[in-house]
Amino acid sequence: MPSDYLPILMFMMVATAFGMGALILGEIFRIKRSYPEKLMPYESGNPPVGEPRMRFSVKFYIIAMLFVVFDVEAVFLYPWAIVFDKIGFYAFIEMIIFIVILFVGYIYAWKKEAFTWD
Amino acid sequence: MNDILQSFIGLGSSNPMIKMGIDVVIILVKIAIVVAIALLHVAYATYFERKVMARMQVRIGPTEVGPIGLFQPFADGIKLFFKEDIIPANADKPIFYLSPVIFFAAALTSLAVLPFFKGFVIADINVGLLFLFAMSSIGAYGIVMSGWSSDSKFAFLGGLRSASQVISYEIAMGLSLVGVMIMAGSLNLSDIVTAQHRYPTGMFVIPQFLGFFVFIIAALAETNRLPFDLPEAESELVAGYFTEYSGFRFAMFFLGEYTGMLIMSSIVSLCFLGGWTIPRFVTDILPFLSYVPGIIWFLMKVYAVMFFYYWVRSTFPRYRYDQLMSIGWKLLIPLALFNIVITGIAKAFAKGLL
Amino acid sequence: MLPKLFFGYYAVVITFLSVLIITRKNPVHSVMWMLLLFFHIAGLYLFLNAEFIAAIQVIVYAGAILVLFLFVVLLLNLREELQVKRFVGSWPAGLIIAAGMLAIVVNVIKSFTAAPRGIYSIEYIKNATHTKALGQVLYTEYLFPFEIASLILLVAIIGAIVLAKRKLRS
Repeated sequence: MPSDYLPILMFMMVATAFGMGALILGEIFRIKRSYPEKLMPYESGNPPVGEPRMRFSVKFYIIAMLFVVFDVEAVFLYPWAIVFDKIGFYAFIEMIIFIVILFVGYIYAWKKEAFTWD
Repeated sequence: MNDILQSFIGLGSSNPMIKMGIDVVIILVKIAIVVAIALLHVAYATYFERKVMARMQVRIGPTEVGPIGLFQPFADGIKLFFKEDIIPANADKPIFYLSPVIFFAAALTSLAVLPFFKGFVIADINVGLLFLFAMSSIGAYGIVMSGWSSDSKFAFLGGLRSASQVISYEIAMGLSLVGVMIMAGSLNLSDIVTAQHRYPTGMFVIPQFLGFFVFIIAALAETNRLPFDLPEAESELVAGYFTEYSGFRFAMFFLGEYTGMLIMSSIVSLCFLGGWTIPRFVTDILPFLSYVPGIIWFLMKVYAVMFFYYWVRSTFPRYRYDQLMSIGWKLLIPLALFNIVITGIAKAFAKGLL
Repeated sequence: MLPKLFFGYYAVVITFLSVLIITRKNPVHSVMWMLLLFFHIAGLYLFLNAEFIAAIQVIVYAGAILVLFLFVVLLLNLREELQVKRFVGSWPAGLIIAAGMLAIVVNVIKSFTAAPRGIYSIEYIKNATHTKALGQVLYTEYLFPFEIASLILLVAIIGAIVLAKRKLRS
C-alpha cells in the first residue's frame, strides 16, 4: 500500500536534511583560510601531471555489463523464492532450467577470462 | 508504541486531517529516536573498534578523553565539525557537495525498514529486504561520484575500483539471501524473523550456513572493510575516493561507512541469527531467558557481528584487486547459486513436491 | 482528489526531469538527474500498488543500468565535452518526427476501451501482497516467456563479452 511508504519518504527527507543541515551549520563556524596550493589536488606533494580523469581498463565495462545481467537474474529469483510453497513442482524444475541456462553463460564468461584481472 | 505516543500527545480527535497530522508527527518522533540512537551507536562503534583493535595489537587504545577514553567519539566529532572544508579548485562543485550526503543518507535511510524488536519498525513494508539492496546500490553513487568530482587521480581510481567492487559483491549478497527467502517465504524482515522462530533450529544460520558464509564475506566487501578495503588502500591510493575530502564532509563518509556496517550487521542478525528471538531449544532448557527483552538479544547479535568485523580487520592482510574480483565472481556466486538449488530441493522434499 | 494530485506531481516532475537530462552539458549531471527520475518512476509504481516493481525499478535501473551509463560517461573527456554542441544539426527533423509520433499516440488513445475486470483487483493484490501475486502468475501462467528471458540474458552475457574482447584486442 502506498501509505506504508510515507515513513520511508520522510526518513529520506530527514536523512538528507540532517546531512545538508550539518554541513550548512558547519559553514558558519568553521575557519576558512585557503590559498591556491591548498586547493590543488593531492598528488603526494608534487604538482599534478596530466588529466586527472584518465582512461581506464575495458574490464570495468565487462564487469558492469555482467552485473546488469546477473542482477536481473537475481531479480527473477526473489518472487520465485517467496512463492516457492504455492507454485508446485514444475515451477521448481523451470527455475532449475533458468539457473542452468544462465550458468552456461557464466561458464562462458569464466572461460573467456572476463573475471580475470591482470 | 503508536498507542503510547498517541496517548502521550493526548488527542483523540476524529477530524481526519488532524489524525493524519498526528500520524506524521508520530512517525517523525520515531525517526528522530531511531536516528539519534543509531548515530550514538555509530559513534561508539568507532570507539569499540579502536579499543578492540588496540587490545588485539597489545595496545590500550584511546584513554585520554573522559574516563577510559569514553568521550573520544565526541571529541573527534567536534574536531571534524570545526575543521576547514577544502574543495579542490577544479572540482565539480555541486557533485562534490552532494556525494557525501548521498552516501550518508542512503546508509541512514536503510534503518527505516529494520525491526529492532517485536513490533518496532518505522516502515513495515512487504519488500523490506529489496529496499535494503536498493539503498546499498544507491550508496555506490556517493562513492563513484565523489571520486569523479574531486579532480584527483587517486580519488578517481579509488571511486572506480570501489564501484566495481560494490557491484560485483552485490550479486553474491542478493543471491545468498534467496535461500533465506525460500525458507521464510517473505521479503518482510519481521516475517523473516518470526519464520525463523517457527523452525526447530531457531536460526537460519544453521540450515543456511552456505548463504551465511557468502553473505558475511559479501558484506565485508560491500562496506569496503578490510580485507577488501582496496578502494582506500593507503599504500596505493592514499585514501581512495575521499582523498580530497576534509572536515565534516570527510566525517560524512566516515559516518556512512559505519552506519553501513551497522546495517549489514543488523541484516545478518535479522536474516540469519533470528533477530530479537532466541531459538526454542534454548528456552526449553533455560526458560528464564525468554524474559530477556528482545532488543537485548538483537543488540547482542549485532555487536557480535560487529566484533567479527573488527576481528577480521586486525587479523587478515589486504587482498590484491585481482584476488578480490576472483573471490566475488568465481567463488561466492557459484556457492550462492549452489545454496539456492540445495535449499530448493530440501524445501521441495519437505513439502512433498519431489 | 489526492490520487489525481499525486499523479499530477509525478507526471510534471518526470517530464521536467527528462527535459533536464537531455539539456545538461555535463553528462555526469545528466546521470544524477536520471537517478532522481528513476526514483520518481519508482514512486509512481508504488502509487499503483506495485511495490515489487518499484523496488526492482530502483535496484535494476538505478542500481545497475545507470551505473553502466556512469562508467561510459566517466570515460568522456569533460573539458572537450563541455565545448561540444548539445544537439546535432538535424534536430528540427527529430522534432518533426517526435511531433508525428505524438499525433499518432493521441489518435490511438481515443480508441482505447476498458477491458473486462480480471481477478487481480487492487484488493486481491493488497491481500496476497504484490510480490506473491506476481510470482504466482509469472511462474505458472507465464512460464514460457520466463524461460525466454533466461535465453535473452544468456545472449546478453555472450554479446557483452564478444564486444568487449574485440575492443581489447585492437
